[in-house]
Amino acid sequence: MSENTAAPAKPKGKKRLELDPRLAAYKGIWVFVEMERGQVHQVSWELLGEGRKLADILDVELSAIILGGSSEELGSAARSAFTYGADLAYIVADPILTDYRNEPYTKAMTDLVNKYQPEILLLGATTLGRDLAGSVATTLLTGLTADCTELAIDPDNRGLLATRPTFGGSLLCTIQTLNYRPQMATIRPRVMAMPDAVPERRGRVISENLQMQEDDIIAKVLEFIPDEAQEQAQLAYADIIVAGGRGMGKAENFRLIWDLAAVLGAEVGGSRPVTHAGWLPADRQVGQSGKTVRPKLYIAAGISGAIQHRVGMEASDVIIAINNDPNAPIFDFATYGIVGDAVQILPVLTDAFRSRLAVNRRAG
Amino acid sequence: MHIVVCIKQVPDSAQIRVHPVTNTIMRQGVPAIINPFDVFAIEEALRLKDRFGGRVTVLTMGPPQAEDALRKAIAYGADDVILLTDRAFAGADTLATSFALAQTIRKIGEEHPVDLVFTGKQTIDGDTAQVGPGVARRLGLQLLTYVSAIDTLDLEGRSITVQRRSEGGVQVIRTRLPALITMLEGSNQIRFAGMDDMFRSARFEVPKWNKERAGIEDVSKIGLKGSPTVVSKIFTPKPRAVKAQMIGADLDASGTANAILDILSGQHPRLAQELGLITP
Repeated sequence: MSENTAAPAKPKGKKRLELDPRLAAYKGIWVFVEMERGQVHQVSWELLGEGRKLADILDVELSAIILGGSSEELGSAARSAFTYGADLAYIVADPILTDYRNEPYTKAMTDLVNKYQPEILLLGATTLGRDLAGSVATTLLTGLTADCTELAIDPDNRGLLATRPTFGGSLLCTIQTLNYRPQMATIRPRVMAMPDAVPERRGRVISENLQMQEDDIIAKVLEFIPDEAQEQAQLAYADIIVAGGRGMGKAENFRLIWDLAAVLGAEVGGSRPVTHAGWLPADRQVGQSGKTVRPKLYIAAGISGAIQHRVGMEASDVIIAINNDPNAPIFDFATYGIVGDAVQILPVLTDAFRSRLAVNRRAG
Repeated sequence: MHIVVCIKQVPDSAQIRVHPVTNTIMRQGVPAIINPFDVFAIEEALRLKDRFGGRVTVLTMGPPQAEDALRKAIAYGADDVILLTDRAFAGADTLATSFALAQTIRKIGEEHPVDLVFTGKQTIDGDTAQVGPGVARRLGLQLLTYVSAIDTLDLEGRSITVQRRSEGGVQVIRTRLPALITMLEGSNQIRFAGMDDMFRSARFEVPKWNKERAGIEDVSKIGLKGSPTVVSKIFTPKPRAVKAQMIGADLDASGTANAILDILSGQHPRLAQELGLITP
């Protein structure tokens, strides 16, 4: 994605894509299946669902790329990938790939691309996916478009049309990769719909070896500290989110956010100023530079609703906004608005929920 | 020790608003700032300098007015700054940008060898998080993204141990110098500019490097020509037509809270059931 499109230059207009014959040999759509400690990240299935649509338009195969330490785990991930639409799985199993490290993963992926030559390569825009995608694209010297919200195929030239927000989300732009292959894109969790699994669907597996020894790799993982349950922000997939902004006044007031979240069984989120100030951990930021969420209920306390925040949460089913500025932009797109000091209203709202939930629990 | 910090001057996207009627973005009067994510990179570099000595050079690529961002970096305590500016860089995507920055860092290193490169985890305008990994790859630096803390730095032994954010936890990772680190936000707090540094920044002559000065000969790798991606269309998102229904204008806090609960129960029965507000 162009760094410069941020200050949008004039659109270039559609260019005719006359592919170098060497590049025309690149065929098929690949989705990187992200494994973390034996678990596949859900974004990978979402991307297979989207990749299936593109593969059908182009009439090519959809492949899952699965890297990791244990062939059993990778085999099981491959079987799941087939049920979500993959025709083929490329597997590289090697103990070196047990923990994610940039060097061996980049090597495994670029070797696969150079050997089997896909035209499109999609990755989840997670911390892992972004770390890997940037290195792979630079190694292959090809184009990479980050955080796409929509993918389509140009009927004129079979090229990928990757649409993404830019300028903090105030504009959308459609990016094409011209005379380079593969065309790479990352997509955030929750942007594409989760496909339905077809349990009887099967596919082929191609296994490759990693052309690397542990001694070749400089970086060593000394320790992995898993998030504790309470700290583990599952924002992207949360059904209920209580989020706070600068209008909460100070870090200590976030206790009120956590209190309401505890009563509702909700996740806690925040706006960019709040994570930058260290009031909340970085992975709880909702917005264009944070996470995209689509809960059933989003309570925004003391958040003004800058575009950069809005693009991350406006797909929520119901948005309740509390802000003391009646002209705050959040009231332009929230479902319900309350004008007032969030620090005073939140505890009262928490009590109201608590007592009504208690009554119903007794009744139920 | 020599640390290079790559920053970008960006429009403060928090201050951009969409015109309610025309649905176009209003950019007038939006100030240019140092990309907020890069501020954490500057501070972390300065902290290492405080502990280990050495020098911090802050680098940006951009138009001539990006000089303001570099002047600010001097005020924070950077020893030197470089503004990489040349019309030939215009239209660069992340691949072309990483090439230009990598070449410049190579050039900087000819005079003072570079041990560490710092940058923010992403910008707030492009939001790609791709340039850091790209620069590391091109320079053959060890890549450490989303770093929340630097545990140890051993300049003699040429090794560094950091904590980095990964999905589901924190990786403690040890690797060799030279390395490129992208800093996670919230991991430190930028210092106040000292009086001396502020005076120094006001007088500082910001060195401007064009492509020749940076040792870039192959113009096919920079700017629009060096960019595999092109923007084929720019448009504004569809506006959301309905404004919020305002609740509790004439109620006290408790009345407002109960009004919200009543609305959830009445208007959103499925949600209210899941919350436990009403029983099926």
